[in-house]
Amino acid sequence: MSVEVRVPTILRTHTGGKKLVSGEGDTLAKLFDSLDSEHAGLKGRIVTDEGTLHRFVNVYINDEDVRFIGGLDAALADGDQVTILPAVAGGM
Amino acid sequence: MSHALSEGFWPRRAACTLACVLRIAHELVEAMVAHARADHPDEACGLIAGPEGTGAPKRHIPMINAARSATFYEFDSEEWKQVYDQMWDNDEEVVVAYHSHTHTEAYPSRSDAGIASQLGLPGAHYVLVTTKDPDIAEVRSFRIADEVITEEPIEVTGAPEAVQSYKFAHTPDSTVYDCS
Repeated sequence: MSVEVRVPTILRTHTGGKKLVSGEGDTLAKLFDSLDSEHAGLKGRIVTDEGTLHRFVNVYINDEDVRFIGGLDAALADGDQVTILPAVAGGM
Repeated sequence: MSHALSEGFWPRRAACTLACVLRIAHELVEAMVAHARADHPDEACGLIAGPEGTGAPKRHIPMINAARSATFYEFDSEEWKQVYDQMWDNDEEVVVAYHSHTHTEAYPSRSDAGIASQLGLPGAHYVLVTTKDPDIAEVRSFRIADEVITEEPIEVTGAPEAVQSYKFAHTPDSTVYDCS
């Protein structure tokens, strides 16, 4: 099974400039593990050392923000599309 | 407070990978200022997209401030995904990411710079609009990378002669002109 991942500009340094990559895994955590073997350092920008999503990264499975569907434990099916986006935020 | 981040706190020089000027149509500046005024006293936020690889700001996209706060802004995650999908389909990229400060000057705050540096929008001009003055909004543009803030001039195209409801300002001391 294969899952397509849209990579934001800031992380394309880890994918050789590619905006679209694919990986394997039936959960988001396994997908990021599989991506990291080919795209070193990618996982570390998204997942903390404690194994949670970084606060200022948004990850979606299809159109769902994964924070509402189990985070890194969210289930993936063949043909799903994952999108990674920087959270755009700040304050005075 | 944003003015705590004054000269001397941040390293002065930053590498500029694109031209160190924001060249933008006056209609787009007016649209950002109008959005900032409309959402005052909350912070407003949004994007201007342009064709990928051109660095030219073309399409104004006002965004919802999910924080609905006078001191913080954050894109609504669902709306951001929809907008990103449209940009992906149109081969567009973020050229300008703007937000307003409603009580402080138009300078990136510590959290603005910190968050933009963690996982930001490389190549984007970070534009700040302040609405603290009820009559004249001030608009400034910055590059932010690795927690280094570099101010750049704004060059407006097609500006009418009429009296403006906004002004541009930048501090010459903190502007890097000698980038290539």
